[in-house]
Amino acid sequence: MKTVIIDYGSGNLHSAQKAFEQAARLESITAEILVTSDPEAVRKADRVVLPGVGAFADCRRGLDAVPGMIEAMTEAVFQNARPFLGICVGMQLLAERGLEYETSRGLGWIAGDTVRIEPRDPALKIPHMGWNTLSRKRAHHLLEGIPESLHAYFVHSYHLKTTNPSDIVATTDYGGELTALVARDTIAGTQFHPEKSQKLGLALIANFLRWAP
Amino acid sequence: MLKKRVIPCLDVKDGRVVKGVQFVDLVDAGDPVQSALAYDAAGADELCFLDITASHEDRGILMDVVQRTAEACFMPLTVGGGVRTVEDIRNLLLAGADKVSIMTAAVKDRNFVKEAATKFGSQCIVVAIDAKRVTAEGEAPRWEIFTHGGRKETGINALDYAREVTALGAGELLLTSMDRDGTKSGYDIELTRVISDSVSVPVIASGGVGTLQHMVEGIRDGHASAVLAASIFHFGEFSIREAKQALAQAGLSVRMD
Repeated sequence: MKTVIIDYGSGNLHSAQKAFEQAARLESITAEILVTSDPEAVRKADRVVLPGVGAFADCRRGLDAVPGMIEAMTEAVFQNARPFLGICVGMQLLAERGLEYETSRGLGWIAGDTVRIEPRDPALKIPHMGWNTLSRKRAHHLLEGIPESLHAYFVHSYHLKTTNPSDIVATTDYGGELTALVARDTIAGTQFHPEKSQKLGLALIANFLRWAP
Repeated sequence: MLKKRVIPCLDVKDGRVVKGVQFVDLVDAGDPVQSALAYDAAGADELCFLDITASHEDRGILMDVVQRTAEACFMPLTVGGGVRTVEDIRNLLLAGADKVSIMTAAVKDRNFVKEAATKFGSQCIVVAIDAKRVTAEGEAPRWEIFTHGGRKETGINALDYAREVTALGAGELLLTSMDRDGTKSGYDIELTRVISDSVSVPVIASGGVGTLQHMVEGIRDGHASAVLAASIFHFGEFSIREAKQALAQAGLSVRMD
């Protein structure tokens, strides 16, 4: 089984790759984890991961700069029904639009916009940075077997505000509800960083590697 | 609810931990990667490497250390010390650092903060502030920025500087009291509170921890989002868990995963 992590010049893919390998090893899942910027590899992959660090518009430009990548991702997900996981800005890109610094187009796979966090309590710091718990809105394979008491690592100033509440799997509380995990069909995305979230993160990655939607 | 963070900090020189971690039976207490793994297992919320290698030419060793740590530890890692250029930041992030801490380069050229934040995002740019009390008798408390381990004064007001670098895109401030660093007499709470209350980003309190109560004070009274400590953890005086229990007992919420 081949899982690709898309390399489009955003963030550290090496540690993400190691986290996926570690999760597979701990759960005895046979998985080949490949970091790639080759659309052909994405098209043929069994699972696709889109990481993302930085600003929305920058990431979008980075993705656009790899010829044929968005087409390959779209084909993998919508024609071949491959499981897809967006992480952090990789999740935010699923939205229709991003409103960070400038308005830019997202992939539009999840209805909604990526907007700035506006906590009710103005004393709360932005970015929302550190460990927080998840509040589950519905069951999903990615959270199976993960105790509710575990924490996930977040670092972000924007979040995906979905149009359809049914796309939200889990939220986190920071002066109001922030979207933490979205999913629809074979598409999923986490605002937090599973590759930095120790127990919860490795368990979620293992669940993704076993996910057969 | 977002938890308060406990961050152990390791000084790394030429790829080795200075004052090795002694709280567990490490085969090699001087290996930063083994120390990092031990803290990962102990429940640290993040880890901080401060590179104090004298020569900029020897950065390759640090990159190797960061890379090996990131491969083994699935928790956030901040790396600082001698970060001077956008290229330095890029290399550290590519090696596996999640956040990069900049100090002298930001003091010399504030625009560097903006450039770095624009390129890599505020979330990975930490500005380290070494502040020293310069209040004359009868004056309201005032702190100034010092560089070179507190030896070199800059004449820059610490509060103004904190506000300025935050506006330029720093995502977090690592605030060290040079008066308290190494004294074990507790954080400079007044400094921590003045800065924390004046900026919109999280502040990490640093410098002076001697007891667990000092950590409680840093968060409860200093309003810091995270507390950083080195020697009390390295020498096994207190464990990460004990620190978190002390915070929890004081009514502060911590992660006990």
